[in-house]
This record gives sequence, structure tokens and C-alpha cells, in this order.
Amino acid sequence: MCISGLDRMNWYTKCFPATQSGAREGVVGVVSELAHEGLEREALGTVEIVLAEVINNIVEHAYSKKESGSVQVHYCLTQEALRVRVLDEGDALPNEKLPQGVLPSLDVAQEDLPEGGFGWSLIRALASDVRYNREAGQNRLALRFDL
Amino acid sequence: MTLSTSQANDTQIVTVNAERIDASMAIQFKEQMRLETNGGNGRVILDLSNVDFIDSSGLGAIVASMKQLESTRQLDLAGLTPNVDKVFRLTRMDTVFQLYETLNDALSATAN
Repeated sequence: MCISGLDRMNWYTKCFPATQSGAREGVVGVVSELAHEGLEREALGTVEIVLAEVINNIVEHAYSKKESGSVQVHYCLTQEALRVRVLDEGDALPNEKLPQGVLPSLDVAQEDLPEGGFGWSLIRALASDVRYNREAGQNRLALRFDL
Repeated sequence: MTLSTSQANDTQIVTVNAERIDASMAIQFKEQMRLETNGGNGRVILDLSNVDFIDSSGLGAIVASMKQLESTRQLDLAGLTPNVDKVFRLTRMDTVFQLYETLNDALSATAN
């Protein structure tokens, strides 16, 4: 929950299926609403990258062994920060912990260059704060973007 | 999503006619790149000036496209928009690819 202050705190919600196309529409939809609320261009880009990475992870990993489910994104924009909560009912993160987000090494031969494994590093580099917990079979990721 | 190709002397210019290269199209991108570049030789410039957004899957597809080329061919990137540039810098992939602000800059530079 947002800590109450002088700003009016309105949480908005978007819910969409945990599929590749659902994820794309969901991310684009949230970003478009944030643009409408006046979030400036560079912050919009940052948020879009992070949301895409978080939600791709949910689609590919959290729901990989289950029938697909849905993703809920709750967000609250104030002058000082954007707060986002992403919830899903998929499998827990390994050991129920946030990955460190170490970038794969690029100091390799061209044919061995990595094609993945960048997601958590991008999330951690771009969000001001990231927290995870699991409760009642639900994954909850809390992100804050200081503005 | 489509790719279009043109030739400038020994250089093949592949233009991405899509606004996003993300998880939902990474595989198609890689496959279409393979079709566009297969059997050619010489330098390839990927013109990304229409692309507003890539995620790590899109980045991975671009890396895969480079790996698909014969080792004698170089893949350079041109026209990266701010969000795309951000992803390359944060993942340090700007040390792996030559990045040019515009297609003209890329064409003016001689291949290494």
C-alpha cells in the first residue's frame, strides 16, 4: 500500500492473461495509461523495460509448468515515485528469493555470446527498489521508481 | 513484422519495419533475419530507427542474428532510439556491437 501523504494516492489495476500476447498488451496498456497521467518520456521508457522483463519472466517461468493464469498489475503514481505491484499465481521464484541479477559475461568468443539472462540485471538497474514475497500461493513483486 | 533489405556496394542494409522487438516476436525476428542474410557476404547494417522498444528477448534475437552470420561478416546497428540504446548500454552489449546514431553514419564508417 502507498504510505498516505498529502498527495492523493490512487491505485489503478490492470489484469491480463499470462501469455506472450497478453503480456505485450498489458505492458503497452499500463504504459499508455501512465503516459496519459503525465509520466515523462524517459521514465515511461524505464518502466516499460522493467515491466516487460518482469512479466516475461512470469509468462515463461512462473506459469511454465501450469496451465496459464493471469497477471495483475497495480500501480500508483505520485510526484515523487511510481509504485507498482505485480501479482501472479504461478510457481515461486527459486528459493523464494529475488535473483541477484548478475549480467552474463560478454568476454567470450562471438559464437558463445549470451542470448538471454539479462532480465533481472535490467530490472535491478532500472528500478529504485525491488522486493518480493510470496503469500497464499501468490507471487508479489513490489517495484518503486523514484521520479 | 517485416524486414526489408537494400544494398549499398558491399553492404547489406536490413531495415526493421516494426516498432517493437519483444518476446512475442523474437523467434520470428531471428528467423526472418536468417532468411534475409543467408547466402550473402559482406557487412550487414541493421537499421533500427523504426524500433521504439526492445526487451531482453529482442536483444537476444539480435545477438542470435549476429551469430547466424558467417564469421567473416560483421553486423552493425544504426538508428537506436533512446529506449533501445538504454538496453544495449545496461547489458554492455554496446561493447559487442558497433552502434551508429544514423544509417548515414554507419554507411560512412568503413567496416573494421
